[in-house]
Amino acid sequence: MGFSRYSIFSVIAEALRGHSGWGPAWRDAIPAPKYDVVSVGGGGHGLAAAYYLARHHAVGRIAVVEKGWIGGGNVGRNTTIVRSNYMLPGNAPFYEWSMKLWEGLEQDINYNAMVSQRGVLNLCHTDAQRDAYARRGNSMRLHGIDSELLDLAAVKKMVPYLDYKNARFPIQGGLLQKRGGTVRHDAVAWGYARAADRLGVDIIQNCEVTGIRQQAGRVLGVETTRGFIGAGKVGLACAGHSSQVAAMAGLRLPIESHALQAFVTEGLQPLIDNVITFGAGHFYISQSDKGGLVFGGDIDGYNSYAQRGNLPTIEDVCEGGMALMPMLGRQRLLRHWGGIMDMSMDGSPIIDKTPVQGLYLNAGWCYGGFKATPASGWCFAHLLARDEPHEVAAAYRLDRFAAGYVIDEKGVGAQPNLH
Amino acid sequence: MLQKTDHFDAAQRSPQPFRLPTGGVIDRGEARLFVFDGKTYRGYAGDTLASALLANGIRLVGRSFKYHRPRGILTAGSEEPNALVELRDGARREPNTKATVAELYDGLQATSQHRFPSLKFDLLEVNSLLSPIFAAGFYYKTFMWPASFWEKIYEPLIRRAAGLGRAAGLPDPDIYEKSTAFCDVLVIGGGEAGIAAALQAARSGSRVILCDEDFVLGGRAIGESASLAERIAELQAYPELKILRRTTVFGVYDGGTYGAVERVADHLLKPAPHQPRQRYWKIIAKTSVLATGATERPLVFGNNDRPGAMLSGAVSRYIHRFGVAPGKKAVVFANNDEVAGTLAALRDANIAVAAYVDPRAEISAALRQAATACGATVYTGAAIKTTLGRLAVTGVEIIPADGGVVKLDCDLLAMSGGWNPALQLTSHLDGKPVWDEKIAAFIPGSLPPGMQVTGAAAGDFTNPATQPLWQVRGATGKAFVDFQNDVTANDVKLAKQEGFTSVEHLKRYTTLGMATDQGRTANVNGLGLMAEITAKSIEQTGTTRFRPPYTPVALGALAGAHRGQHFKPRRLTPTHQWATAKNAVFVDAGMWLRAQYFPKPGETDWLQIVTREVTAVRNNVGICDVTTLGKIDIQGRDAAKFLERVYTNGWDNLKLGRARYGLMLREDGFVMDDGTTTRLGDTHYLMTTTTANAGKIFQHLEFCHQWLWPELDVRFISVTDQWAQIAIAGPNSRDTLRSIVDPQFDISNETLPYMGAQELTICDGLRARLFRLSFSGELAYELAVPAGFGNALAQKLMQAGEPFGITPYGTEALGVMRIEKGHPAGNELNGQTTAHDLGMAKLLSQKKDFIGRAMAARPALTDPNRPTLIGLRPVNRADRLRAGSHLLPPGAEAVAKNDQGFVTSVAYSPSLLHWVGLGLLAHGPSRLGEIIRVYDPVRNGDLLAEIVHPVFYDPEGVRLRG
Amino acid sequence: MRINCPYCGERGSEEFAYHGDATVTRPRDGGAGPNAAWIDYVYLRENPSGLHRELWYHASGCQSWLVVTRDLRTHAIARVELARSVALARMEPS
Repeated sequence: MGFSRYSIFSVIAEALRGHSGWGPAWRDAIPAPKYDVVSVGGGGHGLAAAYYLARHHAVGRIAVVEKGWIGGGNVGRNTTIVRSNYMLPGNAPFYEWSMKLWEGLEQDINYNAMVSQRGVLNLCHTDAQRDAYARRGNSMRLHGIDSELLDLAAVKKMVPYLDYKNARFPIQGGLLQKRGGTVRHDAVAWGYARAADRLGVDIIQNCEVTGIRQQAGRVLGVETTRGFIGAGKVGLACAGHSSQVAAMAGLRLPIESHALQAFVTEGLQPLIDNVITFGAGHFYISQSDKGGLVFGGDIDGYNSYAQRGNLPTIEDVCEGGMALMPMLGRQRLLRHWGGIMDMSMDGSPIIDKTPVQGLYLNAGWCYGGFKATPASGWCFAHLLARDEPHEVAAAYRLDRFAAGYVIDEKGVGAQPNLH
Repeated sequence: MLQKTDHFDAAQRSPQPFRLPTGGVIDRGEARLFVFDGKTYRGYAGDTLASALLANGIRLVGRSFKYHRPRGILTAGSEEPNALVELRDGARREPNTKATVAELYDGLQATSQHRFPSLKFDLLEVNSLLSPIFAAGFYYKTFMWPASFWEKIYEPLIRRAAGLGRAAGLPDPDIYEKSTAFCDVLVIGGGEAGIAAALQAARSGSRVILCDEDFVLGGRAIGESASLAERIAELQAYPELKILRRTTVFGVYDGGTYGAVERVADHLLKPAPHQPRQRYWKIIAKTSVLATGATERPLVFGNNDRPGAMLSGAVSRYIHRFGVAPGKKAVVFANNDEVAGTLAALRDANIAVAAYVDPRAEISAALRQAATACGATVYTGAAIKTTLGRLAVTGVEIIPADGGVVKLDCDLLAMSGGWNPALQLTSHLDGKPVWDEKIAAFIPGSLPPGMQVTGAAAGDFTNPATQPLWQVRGATGKAFVDFQNDVTANDVKLAKQEGFTSVEHLKRYTTLGMATDQGRTANVNGLGLMAEITAKSIEQTGTTRFRPPYTPVALGALAGAHRGQHFKPRRLTPTHQWATAKNAVFVDAGMWLRAQYFPKPGETDWLQIVTREVTAVRNNVGICDVTTLGKIDIQGRDAAKFLERVYTNGWDNLKLGRARYGLMLREDGFVMDDGTTTRLGDTHYLMTTTTANAGKIFQHLEFCHQWLWPELDVRFISVTDQWAQIAIAGPNSRDTLRSIVDPQFDISNETLPYMGAQELTICDGLRARLFRLSFSGELAYELAVPAGFGNALAQKLMQAGEPFGITPYGTEALGVMRIEKGHPAGNELNGQTTAHDLGMAKLLSQKKDFIGRAMAARPALTDPNRPTLIGLRPVNRADRLRAGSHLLPPGAEAVAKNDQGFVTSVAYSPSLLHWVGLGLLAHGPSRLGEIIRVYDPVRNGDLLAEIVHPVFYDPEGVRLRG
Repeated sequence: MRINCPYCGERGSEEFAYHGDATVTRPRDGGAGPNAAWIDYVYLRENPSGLHRELWYHASGCQSWLVVTRDLRTHAIARVELARSVALARMEPS
């Protein structure tokens, strides 16, 4: 029981017998004394890494340990956007690989994560911004990523309800990635968990890591609230709290924790078909399948471990929304919440070994971790299994700051709250 | 307004069959006509839309989210999950409006939503038949094949079936306002407890703000307490007590900050001219008192969602406050003693009560007495199995203690599953509610700093006895836990079966508590049910935490006036008026509005205009407002020492009256900004920054001084707004200036050479600063005067230059000339470039420490493979270069590994008569003369260009020294 | 969030710009080269789940840099000092 494949046939069959046949989506595993690989953090990245490890690498027994319930961190509290419209050579191939994995995800893990390629449109409002988008769009094309530079007429045709008449910063055009879109975020965590579980991965919830046991510079396992768990290799994927967990191994990271707020309105009949990003303020929006308008803006801008934000950012986001789409005025904000981001020093992530042998780091996702989930898992699995970086993640080195090979898409330097 | 028709007249006379002959705090002398689903009805001032609908016997108000089940009115407050309507129409249409809080006004128009074609006959009710398939999370398990069908077929179907009301899709025609208030005590909630708290605080002399979401103060006491009016009158007498009615405190934030929304004009047909629709309040309170009362829980049994099933407290409220009978024959089903009040209300209203059903084996004598007093048969140890009927309740089936089924007719089912303190705001700052067995509800745990909780919100109930009943065993039909999202008890069970047992998983998997009622009637029932079926305590199962807002808030209110042209402030240059008179076309430069170019009559092509302006400057003289560049006045004994540390190049030898170009890095070694700094006195300097970075550089200087080098004697002040600065550029610039500079000042090349500066007077005594700086590459000056004289100066310069045909030029011409001269600007100073990249390595002093020195020495920052500044000119001179194009070796495949750089800036050069470009190219400076492919697929561009030195025009700088 | 500026009194955080960790110190080796001390200074930050000393700038006020001691879990501010005073005190030989 419980291992049936998901499909319309199984759903109908179960409907006929009152759904009595569905088993747990994943086992609530009890920790074994030792694993070959322990992934710390039951978020999207940790679960994806465990799944791809089990699926594509023969590494033995794998466990994911999670301090609360899986999927309760940033994978469950984001604005669900996926895209690969990155410019820099260190980023573009990685995010495109992620997009490719999204495109085949549901069939791969047999879970409908509602990957919806609705198109992601970034608007530009000045000549300089348009030139920067052209640079980025061309760079994407060179990396084999779809991109289109739209002029004003094309933008108007695509999204006629924006403010074209009275805007403080008139819209000039936009950069469109048609393959970008949204994914039902919770389903990503659950889908990977279920698929990993089927391959024998132990998903251990309510198991907080309290220490990382080492001997002679080599990791031995993790101390947890459910006892010591031995591990040949330990992978850390706990974005938001990477500094805390890495500190258990005596590491300091080029990361600050910041709160990013997200917002959803009451459900509405279909209104906004694409993902739209304002270029003259901090605001992006899409509509969920349930009908809520999901939107967000900038991080609050100060270090925080509280999963919530404050009014100045809320106002700033809503002002951006109204400046872009005056039709939003009467739509009601239903809920807002915050997630804790690993803001890195150049705005790009880290997937690398650490100075501690057997300890690996997956961190620094800033506010862009959700779209990266499949590739992050894929590349982290590769690194954990083979001790060498996957080619599309080769730039995400921990020592790039010392060497100067920073990947700074925004060009703001070592100021995490500005990335 | 409503048309005066026969229909209208009929409505005027309409009898309101469910209006009680007396009672309520409505104004029976003030009729209010309204339209629901195209039909006109009558209510009274003081009604809500819900009470007026009930008075008219309308019980079917909406359809449910997933199964399109008929739904009525469950509550009498902002927790309503069912009775959602589209209020108003046209651009003012407000979907998902709760009829239970919509204040009735004359001409109100409401339409039921989420049904097709009509409320009574909804085709999508077919979903109910398919409901065995539509169990919790079913969509995660299907619609996966084939992959391409998701966006095209499945998802559009789901989207259309989901959603609730229709947004107008038109710009919101109303205006909004923001306001900030400070107080000693903020009282949240204007019921009995809130009024008492406000009075107590006011009597002690505190500044008090009392916010109540309702349009009448008193909460549950409205229509039930004789002394209410007296207490409200006392409140109103305190001058330091502000009462905000129709105002919901929606969130608690850090530092004693509370967000609130006042619905200023939502009870009007439309706002009066210049009246905001709503006002967003930011209230900063030293302390607060939460007096938000409690919210009732439904009971979970078969078809508990049918119109006519109503919370017991709402039944009382409709009777006492609105003088409305929610039915003619009632059955009451409750698990607590608070329901005695409802039984009394039913008796007051002469509504027959067929039965009182209570799951408790024993009930208090008082409660039994209350039930029998209204003629009810009392069933203890019993429960309701299901309601009967289709579009409304026509009866119930009771499971008595001794088994079997009792069937009773009724049109109203008053239910009460207990009361939840409305403690939402206590958990906005991460406070964790705690479970109280005594009242079977969560009570506030740790509170936000400065908050107290009082009354029912604190769990202080008059009749606390409650015995939880999370579901009725043996119930038949769908038993709803979350009414709006159509989450049933079976969905919760399925979630458990599939391992989604934690509260977070439960709510995400089943969508329980995620609807527009914020789960206020659903969350605790869901949690209790999960605890029961997992045989755990409520604590072990989890706790409900609440996110703001308390009730949904219009985005327009949170944005206030910041929309359209008022989205951000606009900074005008001192010469704006002059430029406007000169027919300038303006462009945004950050917040600034700058003249982009100045069309002459008949000129339509921007390129033609810009070319004319450039040609005029190159051959003659032109003026351009450059005030927007940041200007920072720096004074102090250690000013030079300070400049040494923030600029990469040397400053200790800058002579008085001389300016120097300076380059600044960030501490990470990348270029931050550039500009010139002039020495105006022994210890007095004037720094200029780029327009974009003016604020940032000022902040940086203060950081360096206050935090890094507090020992230095130096001070800064921004004077960007104090001085108007105009560039006068071209071979005739000196001659133009001579006629306005006062004659005692010598501005000859000898006295004022290139990069010289002078403080002098112009126009017979006006204080001014003259800098011989050139961005254009011509003989050029920048003349600064106190900002108020800027506009006059522009006019004066135009007169002075008239003999030379002086020409105003804008930012486009400025840009063209800087590109011809190969000066890096915004597109090159993009935060990703190093001094080496920009050909300025020689400005990195080897003799001193400066910001960024250490990190600029990292090998990656000087790697010759890094794209470095070069010039480009098209091989085919007619070709147009475009910024953002990438640079590839000719003939190489257009893939990332062959990407060697990109074009940063382009211009049509009137001097060279073809397009020129600046770019960043790997090994650039060693490749001069090479041909490169300029690849621009997003604009279908693909051409060849020659790599040249970035200075296209007068590379020796002869002209600017002339 | 409200910050009690020593010059201006209590103001909303929207008036301030955030810089971050106030515990790092700029090496005083004249910018000799990108050694470990410099890399630490520029790229490594304290990021405690608890009290944090951090730099804020009163951009829309008196333009003072402040050292704010704040709990990153609750946002509660324990102390606000002028950065200049802290910096001067730090320079004095102990």
